[in-house]
Amino acid sequence: MNEIRSQATPEVTAASKVGIGDGDIHPARKGPKDFHPWLAKRWQDHINEYGSPGRQGWQVGPAYPKSQPNASRRDAYPPEGGRPGSSLEFMQRQHLDANNIELGILNPLGSGQGVQNPELSAALCHATNEWQLAEWTSKDNRLRASVVVPYEDPVASAAEIRRYAGNPAFVQVLLLSRTAEPMGSRKYWPIYEAAEEAGMPVGVHAFGYGGNPITPGGWPSYYIEEMTGHSQSQQAGLTSLVIEGVFERFPALKMVMIEAGFAWAPSLAWRLDKHWKTLRSETPHLKRLPSEYLREKVWWTTQPMEETESPTRLAETIEWMGWDRLIFATDYPHWDFDDPAHVLPMKISEEQRRAFFMGNARKVYRGCAV
Amino acid sequence: MTALPEGAIDCDIHPSVPSVQALMPYLEDHWREQVVMRGIDELNSISYPLNSPLTCRADWKPAAGRPAADVATVARQALDPFRTSVAIANCLYGVQLLFSEDMGAAFARAVNDWMVKEWLDKEPRLRASIVVPTQNVEMAVDEINRCATDKRFVQVLLLVSGDTPLGRRHHWPIYAACEKHGLAVGIHAGSSYHNPPTPVGWPSYYTEDYVGQAQAFQTQLTSMICEGVFTKFPHLKVVLLESGFTWLPAHLWRLTKYWRGLRMEIPWVDRAPGDIVRSNVRFSLQPVDGPPDQESLLKLFDHMQSDELLLFSTDYPHHQFDGNAALPDGLSPELARKIAIDNPRATYARLMETVG
Repeated sequence: MNEIRSQATPEVTAASKVGIGDGDIHPARKGPKDFHPWLAKRWQDHINEYGSPGRQGWQVGPAYPKSQPNASRRDAYPPEGGRPGSSLEFMQRQHLDANNIELGILNPLGSGQGVQNPELSAALCHATNEWQLAEWTSKDNRLRASVVVPYEDPVASAAEIRRYAGNPAFVQVLLLSRTAEPMGSRKYWPIYEAAEEAGMPVGVHAFGYGGNPITPGGWPSYYIEEMTGHSQSQQAGLTSLVIEGVFERFPALKMVMIEAGFAWAPSLAWRLDKHWKTLRSETPHLKRLPSEYLREKVWWTTQPMEETESPTRLAETIEWMGWDRLIFATDYPHWDFDDPAHVLPMKISEEQRRAFFMGNARKVYRGCAV
Repeated sequence: MTALPEGAIDCDIHPSVPSVQALMPYLEDHWREQVVMRGIDELNSISYPLNSPLTCRADWKPAAGRPAADVATVARQALDPFRTSVAIANCLYGVQLLFSEDMGAAFARAVNDWMVKEWLDKEPRLRASIVVPTQNVEMAVDEINRCATDKRFVQVLLLVSGDTPLGRRHHWPIYAACEKHGLAVGIHAGSSYHNPPTPVGWPSYYTEDYVGQAQAFQTQLTSMICEGVFTKFPHLKVVLLESGFTWLPAHLWRLTKYWRGLRMEIPWVDRAPGDIVRSNVRFSLQPVDGPPDQESLLKLFDHMQSDELLLFSTDYPHHQFDGNAALPDGLSPELARKIAIDNPRATYARLMETVG
């Protein structure tokens, strides 16, 4: 059994004196009726009768049972009841105030993305976006919202992005990485076009329901394999974005890869360069080395932070990527939360610290520069 | 360029089946008849398109036909220039793609018998891997047992992407047979294409498929470790072939972190993933999908935490380097010797029996 320890008393620690940006906070609904104010009666009835399945077999719950109920920290249940992440007041006390979070990016999950019925998917995503405004960003000005889009219907997704293009509460577009086709596929280009036009980065969070096995060799047995496998899914998605020429086609597009690790980025960049040099006759639409697109157009959130045997190896890996590529994230309130006070095991310069904990986030997310 | 020691052991070269006609003498009557009656032509998968710049290096390309299709050519291009003492032939023919188990088994038998007669009997520097019909594990084990009497077979060849992950328990009779016969398990780039080649579906470009092989290897390493293959078969050697290796440190950091958090799900995994890799898993050298500068490559070797993981390979005739520069720049003579000679000898039990 894993030992359950109580978390530190909520007070500002020395390490968190620098105001911190958190690129991955998960607000949760108190219950299914939370969305009803923005969900037509037809869809309320539909969900009641048919559910809202993604491309997987269970009526409710994830494909692989998680390690904790709701994949959450045991201490993150609000005292007044409800799911972890469902109480703004408790989130403020336990996380935002305690960890000195000055900018928190909301990435709602279970929000209709990947739902089989495309109209229901769009309706749920829209309800999620209105709910973020009504229940979260309007009540705490440290929080910013993500435009949740029904990405398997890119035309509907583009419309949803344009709907919020003028609303400063929204700072990025949110996709999940387990898409039905590789992310660079032409099918998804209307999403990138609308995001670029709105000046928002496209965040790609681990998970999703594309219907494909999470490995090219079929379905694995265990949750640990699925969790580890999100990094391979994101590597495949990024490979597709680069090789399809999405960054040539949409030169102002920025991508943020969320919750699938980052230490794999240098190796992926080297491998892309090595083989693209041999195979470049296939992709004349690429004008630059693949690694250059990754180096300039892509950011990674840090949680779950890779833990290396020696801090030097972590520092060297980040040097290969650039300190300007990483956006600190906690994944609050989930079980594999990273604590800003302990996440960096090595000595770094003040400039690197500021970039890592806040500066990069302010540069990437729309309208967050100060 | 680091000098390659004399007597290197090349752990990954690819003789080609020149055409289905070459296999006809080795097919049983029924299948010979089927080939003719049904117009079964070539069984070459899309993993290596015939004329892609990666499939064959320009100076190794024949005037006509498939590269590396006869023993004299292979000796001249792949063995002599590198002063290779032994090379392990991994035949990539699309046996694993077939949906019929019987047909897969028949073609695997033909490829292995062809390998013995046309290659091993003609060139003493060659060893080979046993091609098996992964469509059916019992048939695969039968083929291993049939071929294992010939000590020149040193390994069983699997493709990295098949129907189900390689750690899954129904594959374990293959590993039991390998352990029994002292054969390594070689997992090579490539797919049966029974699943999409990426976790997010079919890509548009060959470049994505080839680059993506590294991700397929990552997921298979995860599978074999998490399912407990190395707990059950502690002496098994698994060699990842044409896998790239620069992804290993980052992958192990991630997997180890999750193992610490989630080992209650896989309690039989009683050692850290990195320890398992260092004792049981090896990687062929080419392609060196590494940093362009020498200093970074040496840092990466430090991140790998062992000088015993890499096994020399040219990946002939695939285009991974030019000239004779099969070893990357900046390796010490000691490391070059380990990669070229010591590590392969420690990995392939049967090499020691047949080379001494």
